[in-house]
Amino acid sequence: MANNPYYSKEILEHFMHPKNLGAIKNADGIGDTQNMRCGDIMKVYITVEDKKGKTIIKDAKFETFGCGHAVAISDMICELIKGKTFEQALRVGFEDIKKAIGPVPPVKIHCATLAQAGVRAAIEDYQKKQK
Amino acid sequence: MPKIYLDYAAATPIDPKVLKTMMPYLKKEFGNASSIHAFGQRALSAIEDARNIVANFLRCQPEEVYFTGSATEADNLAIQGIVKAAKSRIAKPHIITSAIEHHAVLEPCQYLKKQGCEVTVLPVSKDGLVSLADLKKAVQENTVLVSVIYANNEIGAIQPLAEIGKFLKQSKTKIYFHTDAVQAVNYLDCNVDSLGVDLLTISAHKIYGPKGVGALYVRKGTAIEPMVYGGGHERGLRPGTENVAGIVGLGAAIKEVASPKNKIHNIRIRQLRDKLIKKIPKIISDIAINGSLEKRLPNNINFTFPGAEGEALLVALDQKGFAVSTGSACSSHSLEASHVLTALGLPEETAHSSLRITLGKYTNEKEIDIFVLALAKVVERLREISGYKTKTNGK
Repeated sequence: MANNPYYSKEILEHFMHPKNLGAIKNADGIGDTQNMRCGDIMKVYITVEDKKGKTIIKDAKFETFGCGHAVAISDMICELIKGKTFEQALRVGFEDIKKAIGPVPPVKIHCATLAQAGVRAAIEDYQKKQK
Repeated sequence: MPKIYLDYAAATPIDPKVLKTMMPYLKKEFGNASSIHAFGQRALSAIEDARNIVANFLRCQPEEVYFTGSATEADNLAIQGIVKAAKSRIAKPHIITSAIEHHAVLEPCQYLKKQGCEVTVLPVSKDGLVSLADLKKAVQENTVLVSVIYANNEIGAIQPLAEIGKFLKQSKTKIYFHTDAVQAVNYLDCNVDSLGVDLLTISAHKIYGPKGVGALYVRKGTAIEPMVYGGGHERGLRPGTENVAGIVGLGAAIKEVASPKNKIHNIRIRQLRDKLIKKIPKIISDIAINGSLEKRLPNNINFTFPGAEGEALLVALDQKGFAVSTGSACSSHSLEASHVLTALGLPEETAHSSLRITLGKYTNEKEIDIFVLALAKVVERLREISGYKTKTNGK
């Protein structure tokens, strides 16, 4: 792979080979978000299960229209929220993403914000369906 | 991994002949062109040779050519210099420019607007062309300058300069006409009289010359003020010790552009570009071409691939060894969609899905063939990532 300091090795790996890509057919919750400024669109799909009386995120996948960082961060946030309660998943922030994927240039921080919004929207979608 | 460069509009490699011409001035011919001794005089004579070559190419007088440190500087000197001189006779000078200018023109215009000038930005057609009718409507009593790009850097659209020049010549008050010809030099006629321009910007690194050198043509008798002061270099309009090797390189690069061999290169470049235009829509579904196909530089093509984001395209292709560029946004500097593509009327999402491919004289057919295949794979993959396929398959 070509060396490109703007795109770290970790970011490129998650961009070129995302693990959590695609739609989940019978998803329990779907979050659809867009950043109006840069035009990125992200869709988060989650399935849930009950474990010891708590609802946790069993699986999470994504579809993202966006730059390499947006795709890589989408992939990473799906990884990070798996096995977590809603409360824990909503607390996954930029620092956690950075810890997992390495440095993100300042101009790309909004990609993480978009991913967080996607997770929140997916959880809210699930909760709405329960009512 | 291949290393295939298809971003000639951003920078070109130095032609070995150009480099060879420059080398003495980076080594033993280090003299300051202002010095009276032989070292200085040899440097001066090299600069004047380069000036003659440029003047010959533009069909102007050598003393109408001013070397600068870049095309951006030349654009700024043209725009700010004309307005500065005009301010002595007009309280609120008016500038007309177009919506698809390079930032080197748009930003000085925006700056001058803040300083109290009037600025009209002409719209373009969906093909990316300025219309003479719009320009005619925009002209006011206080109009001092029109600046319209010769050929756009993102979509290669060639503007009707000769028509504009002819119209402006009939004006009762003097309206100066500037063009940024940076992308055009290698491909189009740059005769300043047939274009009817008073000021014209060129750059060396877009034509197989070195970076850090440009030139501004200024028609004799033009009222223009310098931007910087300090020494009489370039007849006081652009003081500062001359970049001798750079200027020599610019001259040598222009010499190559003017050579008959370049015509042959350009025919081949057009054929290869046309191959892209023919092949890409055949193997990639659902695409669009941005900008006019007729009034277009022969080395430029700009595609939209809905569902595949521009920077993602660029980065994925880079990982496979291809260098292209995006008119799109999520670049290191700005998140906004390309001002050129949105000026064509493209919705932002579409503008974010665009890719500029620019060819050059070292591009060969094999490179084009492998690029097309790689591009198809990358677009397909990114559409998978964005979920675009599921949308179209659902129809």
